Amino acid sequence: MTNNPHISIQHLNVFAGDQRILKDISINIPNKKVISIIGPSGCGKTTLLKCFNRLLDDTPDIKVTGKVLVDGENIYDPKAEVTHIRKKMGLLSQRPYPLPMSIYDNVAYGPRIHGTRKKVDLDKIVETQLKATGLWNEVKDRLNAPATRLSIGQQQRLCLARGLAVEPEIILGDESTSALDPVSTSIIEDLFIKLKEQYTIVLVTHILRQARRVSDYIIFVYMGKIIEFGPTEELLLNPQEELTKEYVKGFIS
Amino acid sequence: MTITKIKLYNYCNAYNHYNQIMSFRLLKDKAYSKLMLVFTSLSVSIVLFIGIGLYCKSLPVLHKSSWGSLLTSSEWKPLKGLFGFFPFIMGTLWVTAISILIALPLCLLTSFYITEYAPNRIRKILVPFVNLLSGIPPVIFGVWGVLFIIPLIQDHIAPHFVEFSTGYSVLAGGIVLAVMIFPLIVSIVCEVLNTIPGELKDASLALGATKWETIRKVSVRKATPGIVAAVVLAISRAFGETIAVLMVCGNNPVVPHSIFDPGYPLPALIANNYGEMMSIPLYDSALMFAALLLFIIILLFNIISRLILARVERKLAV
Ligand SMILES: Nc1ncnc2c1ncn2[C@@H]1O[C@H](COP(=O)(O)OP(=O)(O)O)[C@@H](O)[C@H]1O
Ligand SMILES: [Mg+2]
Repeated sequence: MTNNPHISIQHLNVFAGDQRILKDISINIPNKKVISIIGPSGCGKTTLLKCFNRLLDDTPDIKVTGKVLVDGENIYDPKAEVTHIRKKMGLLSQRPYPLPMSIYDNVAYGPRIHGTRKKVDLDKIVETQLKATGLWNEVKDRLNAPATRLSIGQQQRLCLARGLAVEPEIILGDESTSALDPVSTSIIEDLFIKLKEQYTIVLVTHILRQARRVSDYIIFVYMGKIIEFGPTEELLLNPQEELTKEYVKGFIS
Repeated sequence: MTITKIKLYNYCNAYNHYNQIMSFRLLKDKAYSKLMLVFTSLSVSIVLFIGIGLYCKSLPVLHKSSWGSLLTSSEWKPLKGLFGFFPFIMGTLWVTAISILIALPLCLLTSFYITEYAPNRIRKILVPFVNLLSGIPPVIFGVWGVLFIIPLIQDHIAPHFVEFSTGYSVLAGGIVLAVMIFPLIVSIVCEVLNTIPGELKDASLALGATKWETIRKVSVRKATPGIVAAVVLAISRAFGETIAVLMVCGNNPVVPHSIFDPGYPLPALIANNYGEMMSIPLYDSALMFAALLLFIIILLFNIISRLILARVERKLAV
């Protein structure tokens, strides 16, 4: 699996002021798999995820050192173009944040930015991605309604469709189901399982059941350090590290 | 008394006491809500009284000429009893419109810079500075206008466009006003922009949008109701601003046809003439009518903009 990693993180450190919130992270993320990042809250999961698409760039007082190679290219190289890097990754945040526009425009937003102008092309993208996220039949008659009118679960699927519309290679999810009801949660989880045929998926989650259900590999992070990384079943059923054992048993939360 | 009776008596006493405390608290609650109602209606009725008062004082001039002729006539000859308010209405509208046209783009860019681009330490200097601007008395802006803006227009701007201008013009009034409403708009818009969740901006950035694209297509849309509200407040303020505008506008009762023409806004008319030339018949009544006009303009403007704001909010569903 490490022969041909999709994302390779090498000696990544993140500093907030003089506090180090990620400590010497090195890890290889395999292609077209689902990887879950688990760990107690405040351990640095969100921060780690944001390093993947340089979303920390504009955060004041945060400094990132080290390398993140995507397809062999260091995205923290000063010459790397940040919009190009971000286009490779779809982001699904903790709560759905639909853009303040219609359902259609939400999905068409990314393609328009990257130069797709023709109505027929946009129509096609919108339909394809809304179908991919199972939303098409629910919204096809009100594509011009504001996205905020959808239910929270639908909004989250819309946000996923919006991310897929720029044809990324990687999907990043930060506790993407934590605001959803059980039904919407399982719809999203099923989508992740389906999507891993085409995408590499990195999910932050604090629900072990979810990590077990959807992911192939698990990364356990504790206090800004990677404690253990391994195939899902192995890490959950037979953890090597003491800290992982305690977390999996529910002693640390 | 038997024991039970005493018990009962005590019990009743306690109950009554409890009841008294309860009812006292409820009474207090009622009293405060009534008090608030009184004060609220007081402020509403003050608005009403001002309107009625101005109307009554304007009656003499209204008896002589109709609303229509007062509003549309451009003849301002108090000695002949001719009171045409059209130049003053237009003067007010010109100065206000110019000030908003100048201030709005500058305010938006400043607000974006402060909230999205400025490093923390620059922001810490900028924000108090902008607030300080709103604390400077209008008359100082007026003096600044006379000393700097008037010569600037007269010598450097107007010669490119017109043959002659003294510099005292609706443009000068608009510029001075723009500077005065600038902090008001900036502080409101900054506050609105600060309430936009970072995750929403991240969502746009994560799709590969640049910062500027994100501001233009997401933040501005999200902030539109707030921006409209800020502009409404600023325009209301601009309509009424008197002393600074009066010092630079030229105060010539003709309808301005270009930004380099002098104008004579309603507040300037009132402030310049009230208490003087009162021997002219109907003159004080005409000034009261000017005040009534200003009052109505601001009232109408506020009602209309409230309706527009509701529509904007509904349409964007932000
Ligand atoms: N912008 C920031 N400035 C300072 N500290 C931060 C910032 N963002 C996160 N942190 C700190 O980094 C640590 C990890 O945060 P985060 O990655 O959000 O944790 P998680 O997502 O695992 O709950 C926390 O202790 C948090 O306080
Ligand atoms: Mg988090």
